Amino acid sequence: MTDSYTKAVNSGFTKTLATKLGLPRPAVLRRFRAGDPLTVGPVLVVSDEASTGDADALARVLLGWGLDVRRQPTDDTRWGAVLLVLTEAERPTDVSAAVLAVGSVLRRLATNGRVVTVSRAAAEGDAPALAAVRNGVDGFLRSLAKELRAGATGNGIVLTDDAAVDAPSVLSTLRFFLSARSAYVDGQLLPVGPADADLPADWDRPLAGQVAVVTGAARGIGAAIAKTLARDGATVVCVDVPAAGEGLARTANAVGGTALQLDVTSDDAGRRILEHARTRHGGLDVVVHNAGILRDKLLANMKPAQWDAVIAVNLEAQLRINDQLLGDGSGDDGVDGLRIVSLASTSGIAGNKGQTNYGFSKAGVIGHTRATAPLAASRGGTANAVAPGFIETEMTSSIPFATREVARRLNSLQQGGQPVDVAEAIAFLASPAAAGVNGQVLRVCGQNLVGR
Amino acid sequence: MATRKPSDGSPRGSSRTSSRAASPSAPAGVRDAVIVGGNRIPFSRAGKKYADASNQEMFTAALEGLVARFGLQGERIGEVVGGAVLKHSRDFNLIRESVLGSSLSPQTPAFDLQQACATGLEAAITVANKIRLGQIESGIAGGTDTISDAPVAVSEGLRRALLDASHAKTLQARLKAFAKVRPADLKPLSPATDEPRTGLSMGEHQAITTARWGISRSAQDEVALASHQHLAAAWDAGFFDDLVTPFRGLTRDDNLRADTSLEKLASLKPVFGRGLAEPAEPTMTAGNSTPLTDGASTVLLASADWAAERDLPVLARLVDAETAAVDFVHGHDGLLMAPVHAVPRLLARTGLDLGDFDFYEIHEAFASTVLTTLAAWEDADYCKAELGLDTPLGSIDRDRLNVNGSSLAAGHPFAATGGRILATAAKLVAAKAAETGKPARALISVCAAGGLGATAVVESV
Repeated sequence: MTDSYTKAVNSGFTKTLATKLGLPRPAVLRRFRAGDPLTVGPVLVVSDEASTGDADALARVLLGWGLDVRRQPTDDTRWGAVLLVLTEAERPTDVSAAVLAVGSVLRRLATNGRVVTVSRAAAEGDAPALAAVRNGVDGFLRSLAKELRAGATGNGIVLTDDAAVDAPSVLSTLRFFLSARSAYVDGQLLPVGPADADLPADWDRPLAGQVAVVTGAARGIGAAIAKTLARDGATVVCVDVPAAGEGLARTANAVGGTALQLDVTSDDAGRRILEHARTRHGGLDVVVHNAGILRDKLLANMKPAQWDAVIAVNLEAQLRINDQLLGDGSGDDGVDGLRIVSLASTSGIAGNKGQTNYGFSKAGVIGHTRATAPLAASRGGTANAVAPGFIETEMTSSIPFATREVARRLNSLQQGGQPVDVAEAIAFLASPAAAGVNGQVLRVCGQNLVGR
Repeated sequence: MATRKPSDGSPRGSSRTSSRAASPSAPAGVRDAVIVGGNRIPFSRAGKKYADASNQEMFTAALEGLVARFGLQGERIGEVVGGAVLKHSRDFNLIRESVLGSSLSPQTPAFDLQQACATGLEAAITVANKIRLGQIESGIAGGTDTISDAPVAVSEGLRRALLDASHAKTLQARLKAFAKVRPADLKPLSPATDEPRTGLSMGEHQAITTARWGISRSAQDEVALASHQHLAAAWDAGFFDDLVTPFRGLTRDDNLRADTSLEKLASLKPVFGRGLAEPAEPTMTAGNSTPLTDGASTVLLASADWAAERDLPVLARLVDAETAAVDFVHGHDGLLMAPVHAVPRLLARTGLDLGDFDFYEIHEAFASTVLTTLAAWEDADYCKAELGLDTPLGSIDRDRLNVNGSSLAAGHPFAATGGRILATAAKLVAAKAAETGKPARALISVCAAGGLGATAVVESV
């Protein structure tokens, strides 16, 4: 599970050698540790002229977070982050100065630095020029992210439905993108809408008081999710099949939660999860559909059991559990304010040879997430998905060496992500302040070169 | 041949139709001890999956699963009580050491207790009594045993020599101590569970009892078959999903033979009672006797308040318990007949009849143990002479016996069996009560080496 190449090119003689040979040098990504500064250096806030008010508002927020905020691009510092605010731009020509100002500091962007754009989504009825500039940000950000080096990432917040620039969900998304929590999220634009939400009293414990259920929690990404949610303050119900109980107990004991041995494909899985959460922990706030299996085969060789098992675990189980948790919409049998986060995959976006079943299931997850979003919203909740790219797990370590090396380098960060990177994205989407993010698929893929 | 009377002196009839007796209540000044739940590791035949697992590892694993199930991380439990029948001398604080290796608070006290195969149930009785008296609010009872990692001792001659040498002050004295060692002393003593006073193995003892009661081979094989079928069905129905946590890759009891049949059982050769005059064809086989097994189990007990404060479920309460012992040494009674004596005394004290139970959990040390126990309760002469009852204690509804299997199928890691049975019984009565809306009750009976036996009554809450 170790990426020895990344280690080698970042230490000792092999580092010098790699530099001299001009070999790609993936950076050691900075990851969240309580007590570390939010960014690695000062934050530059720039905007087009019309967006100055929004930029000022955000700059004030950043100051409130204890950051060193500057408004002029100077070359006397290593920039920790650049915030580009384009919310009120009306024509393509409006953004030139701001964009070029960002360009002028990129050579002085620190290792693990951040570029974050804040713009508005093109909407029906927009003037063509307005729609052009708004959509232009998309292509700009995705291209810029590919130019960044040394573990720096570029991500964008896209305001929808007239969301205010300092709405709680916007700020919580901004903080996620600026922080080390988004280490492996790169080249992503996340739509954020207006929503009533409170910012956390303690940014290090955004899930304080929340009860979360994580399926497939015995090991790998699921165990990392449970640990991250617990670190963020949640009480975690760890679910896995009875046969995985040994690892499940280990996870539950590590996070101070409870272990619930349960097959998610059983007919009453959702009801049993809800009953456990309510009777043992007084309620349910978050459910993370992480349980998933692989049965890779070329479709020509696919056996019914291989297709059916993947669909049953990865897709049907999520649908059935969601139905049971959200109720039939008629009465009070469902859960209010429920945050649903499902594990999709880049295989469900770009496709993968030998994974027709898996790709179907993961694209299906994306489909049902979008459809579930309004149902969840009607009860004050959200439904989102996280799509991991190449993550360093037991599963991916079994891929043959050459295939694995290619797969893990085919992204802007030139390395695989860690399970905790997926977990951080999930913890963010599960947090109360992220209420304005709904029906979205957040990729945690280091800006994989395939798919969006 | 002394005739014993039940402790309160009142003989119990059993032939009367049993209208459901009132729930026995705790004596004044004593509160209920409730069973929250249990956890065990799958039981494994000796020398297989747990071949190199120690008692401490297995009991710690069982504890960790219990902690995870009920979210007890960092919790200071009132007392953890358990033991092992086959124990290394280094494991003098086996249960405490297991607690220290668990996620429980290190401030959780613990002690080892041992009553042969009744260890697990006796541990639960002890914990329940402390809770009933208000001495502790919560407790974990359990047990563990490994045949695979059993202690191997040195001969008495070598042991003496080693001790003498360690006490010797001079080299000469030391050499003198070792000079006494004879070649035969160098042979290690393998662990034995033979009865020290008779030299007979438990199986040979039971063979005598089986013969005395005339228990047939086919009746024993039917008990064994039912045990496997019931246990397999319970596993398939998910009954053990919240009672068992896998260990070392084993996810089910590996002694379980879901596909066994009367034909297969009938094909096995007798292993016990081959030296007896009667019957000509011995009846006890490897199929209707428990195999040597490794495993560990735990049960969480508490006061009702302690459980409620933590939003923990409550399955049942441990109503009362009785232990007994028989004189098997002089051949007066069978080695494993003690529960036969304990139960009428327990029923007398709780005001219950043998028919007042929804479930009977009778430990299947051997299929014939169950059958001789039931036969004795039905036998007027035995009940009068041995149990001091005017009428037979009675029969039980066999459909209520070991409904989810017992030791013949699950295996029998001596000290771990009590915890397995108690947690199973507690879950059964809870489910029955939830289904019927009426209180449900189980009778537990565990025989043990040394002519010992422990019994208990468990009732839904």
